[in-house]
Amino acid sequence: MNLAWRDIRHSPGRFLLTCLGLSLLLGVVMGMTAIYRGLVAEALGLLDVAQADIWVVEGGKRGPFAESSRIPRDTRDAILAHWGVAATGALVYQSVEIPHRGKILRVFVIGAEMGRPGGEFELADGRHILKSRYELLADPRTGLDLGEQVRIGRNDFTVVGLLKELSSSGGDPVVVMTLRDAQIVQSQFDPPAVHRDAARQTSAVGATDLVNAVIVRLADASAAEDVIASIRRWKHLSAMSGPEQEAILTRSVVDRARKQIGMFTAILLVVTTVVIGLIIYTMTLDKKKAIATLKLIGAPDSVIVKLVLEQALALGGIGFILGATLIRLAKDYFPRRLVFETSDTVLLFGVVTAVALLASVIGIRTALKIDPASALSG
Amino acid sequence: MAHAPVIEIEHLSKSFGAGEARVTALADVDVTISTGEVVGLIGPSGSGKSTLLNCIGCITEPDAGAIRLAGREIYANGYTTADLRRLRLELIGFIFQSHNLLPFMPAWENVALVCSMLGLSMPEARDRAMELLDYLDVSRRAKAYPSELSGGEAQRVAIARALANRPKIILADEPTAALDSERAAIVMDLLRRVSREQDTAIVVVSHDEKVFSRFDRMLHLRDGRLEGVKSA
Repeated sequence: MNLAWRDIRHSPGRFLLTCLGLSLLLGVVMGMTAIYRGLVAEALGLLDVAQADIWVVEGGKRGPFAESSRIPRDTRDAILAHWGVAATGALVYQSVEIPHRGKILRVFVIGAEMGRPGGEFELADGRHILKSRYELLADPRTGLDLGEQVRIGRNDFTVVGLLKELSSSGGDPVVVMTLRDAQIVQSQFDPPAVHRDAARQTSAVGATDLVNAVIVRLADASAAEDVIASIRRWKHLSAMSGPEQEAILTRSVVDRARKQIGMFTAILLVVTTVVIGLIIYTMTLDKKKAIATLKLIGAPDSVIVKLVLEQALALGGIGFILGATLIRLAKDYFPRRLVFETSDTVLLFGVVTAVALLASVIGIRTALKIDPASALSG
Repeated sequence: MAHAPVIEIEHLSKSFGAGEARVTALADVDVTISTGEVVGLIGPSGSGKSTLLNCIGCITEPDAGAIRLAGREIYANGYTTADLRRLRLELIGFIFQSHNLLPFMPAWENVALVCSMLGLSMPEARDRAMELLDYLDVSRRAKAYPSELSGGEAQRVAIARALANRPKIILADEPTAALDSERAAIVMDLLRRVSREQDTAIVVVSHDEKVFSRFDRMLHLRDGRLEGVKSA
């Protein structure tokens, strides 16, 4: 006879309310993990879209995401002439703030050469950029609609396509325009000193035919090391493989967040253990007389252990399911992307089960210490 | 029906505390109780009634002396707490001052629980529970939870639970204390009936003089000593 279930069934409201409280705590734990996964997905999203075998940036820099980098656009033609290189494409990246419907909208501008590496984007709606100027693809999270006109810098752009979720490593939604448009936008957002130097022709930075990176696709992926070594011989350029760029991005952008979120998650799990422990302890004390009676009428310890243990597991299990449901329902209200991975969910379920087992130890110890004679006293 | 001795107590002693704080709860108690008997344990507070009940109920181990329940010597056979609990499950039924029914189970499940702990399947346990509730004239309240039962109904269900394991011994601690005199009389008559029909020895601790007439014998305790045995 399952006593734990009968006890829950007798006062389900109280138990479910307790589970709901716990589920909010577990929902936060799941949310933290999902935020971390979202950070990784956002950070690596731009790399995934680019599908570069080699990244070429300014010499001595680890750009274009970890550090700023500017190189002449014609670098891509020089690299294309390399043996083993199949295609190259130049890219411009720039974070800008633009006025939109009375508010300031922060977006990450990608300037790409359509039809070249780095210029392929998956669309959720609309069409690709067909004109050389003033057309935009936008992440739906910008709030921009198809056909809408938006002013960026000193020019108006028309939204012709909506991208499939794409953000910068900082979480800003992406807009895509032609390389030329992005170069102009970038120059318009340069500090005034740069414009002054450009006017005096004392700084190359002010020149508008600069890009932030050139990406390379190889005819044969095994040639990567040779091509990188060859590009590095040009002292004004740095080259790194796709996985190297991914590692840099992960280290510079995601690692600290991982530690921060990991710490929070660990603290929350300790809090969860304490909370479940206290709940189970209180529930056991509430049943002190019933447990004493059970012992007196001859119930073996296994019946009493099962009563406490099953309730702890039910609390953890129901709390977990409710928490998982709630956080998934709320995920679209979060300002940053939440990514739920099955492996994380399974791992957390295992952790919650272990936490429930650990927390039930206090309740079980209390239950086993109850004197059966106390059932006889009044 | 021939009644056999089922509780045999010899030179039972029990003290609590040490040194000057030492209190003698039981001193050299000898008594034998047979099946079919309803025996009252009476005496002032602190006279040792509860200690004796606890010793018979395999809850408190005496310092000296022996107790045999249905021919089995307890406390002297190296029984563990689990063994003694099993012995209680097989031999003894308990009735409490307040019914002590598990609040989260309906009446029939409170009774069936004991049967299931003895290894009966759920349908068998349910049949046995319903049979006992019917026997105690409370089967119409089988699905009610303890909080929905009156005091008298709850005590009947508690008696049904005490009978669920077909016990040789029923130990009742002030079973009528929470009832008015009319219901107390009904419960005591019920216990007498159970004792006769189920051939069970019933030991009742009571302060209630109105129920003394229902006992076959009364064991009068004072300062842990058995002062007298009185037939009602």
